[in-house]
Amino acid sequence: MDSKYEVVIGLEVHVQLTTNTKIFCGCSKDFGQEPNSQTCPVCLGLPGALPVLNKQVVEYAIKTGLATNHSITPRSIFARKNYFYPDLPKGYQISQFELPICQHGWLDIETEESGKKRIGITRIHMEEDAGKLIHTDGNSSAVDLNRACTPLLEIVSEPDMRSAEEAIAYLKQLHQIVTYLGVCDGNMEEGSFRCDANVSIRPWGQEEFGTRAELKNLNSFRFIKQAIEYEVERQIDVIEDGGKVVQETRLFDPDSGVTRSMRGKEEAHDYRYFPDPDLVPLVVSEDWVERVRAELPELPAAKIRRYSEQLGLSEYDAGVISAERPTADYFDALVTLYPNAKICANWVMGEVSRALNENAIAIADCPVTPELLAGVLGRIEDNTISGKIAKTVFEEIWSSGGSKTADQVIEEKGLKQVSDTGAIEAILNEIIAANQGQFEELKGGKDKLMGFFVGQVMKASKGKANPAMVNELMQKKLAE
Amino acid sequence: MELNSLTILQLGEKLRGGELTSVALTQACLERIAVTNDKVNSFITVCADEALAAAAEADALLAAGDGGPLTGIPIALKDIFNTRDLLTTCGSKILANYIPPYDATVVAKLRAQGAVIVGKLNMDEFAMGSSNENSAAGPVRNPWNLERIPGGSSGGSAAALAAGQVSLTLGTDTGGSIRQPASHCGVVGLKPTYGRVSRYGVVAYASSLDQVGPLARNVEDCATLLGAVAGYDPLDSTSVDTPVPDYLATLKDGIKGKKIGLPKEYFIAGLDADVKKAIDAAIEIYKQLGAEIVEVSLPHTDYAVACYYLIATAEASSNLARYDGVRYGVRKDEGEGLIGMYQQTRAAGFGDEVKRRIMLGTYALSSGYYDAYYLKAQKVRTLIRQDFLTAFEQVDLLLTPVAPTPAFKIGEKADDPLQMYLSDIFTIPLNLAGLCGMSIPCGMSGEGLPIGLQLFGKPFAEAEILQAAWAFENATDFGGTLAPL
Repeated sequence: MDSKYEVVIGLEVHVQLTTNTKIFCGCSKDFGQEPNSQTCPVCLGLPGALPVLNKQVVEYAIKTGLATNHSITPRSIFARKNYFYPDLPKGYQISQFELPICQHGWLDIETEESGKKRIGITRIHMEEDAGKLIHTDGNSSAVDLNRACTPLLEIVSEPDMRSAEEAIAYLKQLHQIVTYLGVCDGNMEEGSFRCDANVSIRPWGQEEFGTRAELKNLNSFRFIKQAIEYEVERQIDVIEDGGKVVQETRLFDPDSGVTRSMRGKEEAHDYRYFPDPDLVPLVVSEDWVERVRAELPELPAAKIRRYSEQLGLSEYDAGVISAERPTADYFDALVTLYPNAKICANWVMGEVSRALNENAIAIADCPVTPELLAGVLGRIEDNTISGKIAKTVFEEIWSSGGSKTADQVIEEKGLKQVSDTGAIEAILNEIIAANQGQFEELKGGKDKLMGFFVGQVMKASKGKANPAMVNELMQKKLAE
Repeated sequence: MELNSLTILQLGEKLRGGELTSVALTQACLERIAVTNDKVNSFITVCADEALAAAAEADALLAAGDGGPLTGIPIALKDIFNTRDLLTTCGSKILANYIPPYDATVVAKLRAQGAVIVGKLNMDEFAMGSSNENSAAGPVRNPWNLERIPGGSSGGSAAALAAGQVSLTLGTDTGGSIRQPASHCGVVGLKPTYGRVSRYGVVAYASSLDQVGPLARNVEDCATLLGAVAGYDPLDSTSVDTPVPDYLATLKDGIKGKKIGLPKEYFIAGLDADVKKAIDAAIEIYKQLGAEIVEVSLPHTDYAVACYYLIATAEASSNLARYDGVRYGVRKDEGEGLIGMYQQTRAAGFGDEVKRRIMLGTYALSSGYYDAYYLKAQKVRTLIRQDFLTAFEQVDLLLTPVAPTPAFKIGEKADDPLQMYLSDIFTIPLNLAGLCGMSIPCGMSGEGLPIGLQLFGKPFAEAEILQAAWAFENATDFGGTLAPL
């Protein structure tokens, strides 16, 4: 990146909420239904229809605001954003302008380049989505209003990010938080979590911002990074060539990796915002805020801290396990039943995640529940089975669809570890006899051969011999 | 038609007693409409078949001893109310073909109570007007003098009563649209407190000012109808969850000892002499009835009309954006793309006054002008409301003229919007304050035109206004008579 210029990025994120119904009417927000089947006079914008605010949307907004360190506005206002477009049935979008529900938040991010850094968030406001235009062949378009009036949060950051890397770190954290809260399904391809990036550059040391371009159509983290990096290069080229950056909206084309001006479509709009007279001011009491705060789940940052500081996990492990809430929930349940965090973490990141990946199953649907897995770990702990046999037990429980416990599997398959000294010694003697040469070498100091002998015993016992005991007996034989 | 001299409670007794059927009553209304509507043009749509079917159902209910005060009573609605499967034009070309798939809350309430909807009444387009000249369905004529306007925007609602076509109508009042036509047609009309009646399904003009209200030929009918439509509606976030009193229970309690204020700003030079005479006489009657009369001041009255034309037009410019030809209504598309379709549809679909108000409102909300116009107007509105609340600390009611003059001639002010706007000077402040008010007949002009007086009440004091109105009606001979058609 050209070192003459500093990059300035601000992000606007639209988060589609997972409420059952739309923001201003009782229609279901099921997707993939017959066009215009999920509609009523309100979301169709019929003459005389009036909006009624969905309380769950407010609750989700407060949750998101608290999780991102905002103050909640005690009396917030809905406003009309007026513009004409066929997917906007009322000719205005109900949004918030002055006095949004959440103000003055922040998130701490960390990148390799710039370390820890606090990104300011200007505001979060609630609004309704528009419908969809379906361009049919020829000259006509069809309008599907199933999506009209579905609830969105718009989260507007300060222009605090200085690289694509920082922007991605901020977005990933925001994405993690809204999915943790369960207010959004986080699906970027389907547009449940979408981002517009305002990008500008300025010579180092200049306080005034450069002219920004607004980048749209960024539906994956990779595209966002590509688009920002391309746009920065483009703006540098424009300025270096003696030109001026124009304030405009630019569409990212993922096929070519470039951004293209949308000029013509996006003229200077005057949205004529004014308070919506159909909705009364939204009053959020302190009690309400405190109730929502009390119900907030433990968020990723706090989880990482707890896992590493209290449970003694490495920061890496803590990060992996807390990355997605269902994994963390599984781990938390497991560790309460079997309080050795390190072992729990290894199993969750190892066997459990391998099996889930192979079978393409989400952890929430894992047939080996935390209870069942804790049973397996308990049998390792009390020497009933070895760690290796435990994997077999895990797989057996998995294929039973979670209908069998570790104890049942061990019993049925006869997997109980052999801890009978006499039995192990008998096997060991046979193996030493059959491999006299190697045994002498081992005695002579070739320590590597230890593994060979232990392995042979395990093999001969079909893995059931207690490995610690095998080791102990070998030491005894060597000392004889 | 002698049925027209009965109140609906009296009609109800006859219906319940088997002396009269709803079908016969409805038939009588339909016949009256058939012979008078050519002259008055009060109805845009008459739904005879549906009405007779509803009447038959009501008769069955009544025969079984069921039903309430409205069961079997014919009623007509301003064409601003959404009526399921029944044309709802709002007086506009742009909705000339619009058949709603749903009922407004008040319509659903009326149907549930067995009222018989006989048709939809003419009005100024999108309720914008004071004379009912701005209708795609043509002007309504005042039954008392067919050369005169009936008032607006609920002109059809008032004229239908004066013409004896029905006994009850519903209107809406944004800046006087119930009270002023009631006054000009010699009938009774009440604008409830903002939030008293649901606006759900009422085509919006200016959302923060619009309020649904009853019109009738007598105060008792007006009270009955208000009781039937008032109340909180979860579908209207601005409706207020406060109990609806029994308006009939206190109707005849009299006004002895009540304090009535006369706002001095409403008794100005320029008030028509006949109007002044009628109002002065009415004040004397109230004194005789035992009310105490005092002068009060509403100091910001002068700013009301300007304030109203900023707020109402701003809201209208946004409310009317949905008429774009995309989903319903009339579309004009001469193949010049999307913007072309919008422009052609709206140019052809809206009348001049509607276009004028959309432009005014768009301007008032525009970036750079918002603070100077819309925001300033909101501040003035607060002061105007405060004026009323302060006055109501001293008095129970206010009494004023409704309009500065009796009904003017059709065409007289059509080319002078400002003069037209000023004719609402006494009705507009009440909407800005969000309070309740009522117009009742109080005399006739030298030219034989009705004159009305206006009573204002405290928030949700509809029962008190009705009481004062009934006391006046009971003590005088004004109103209740049909225009000589």
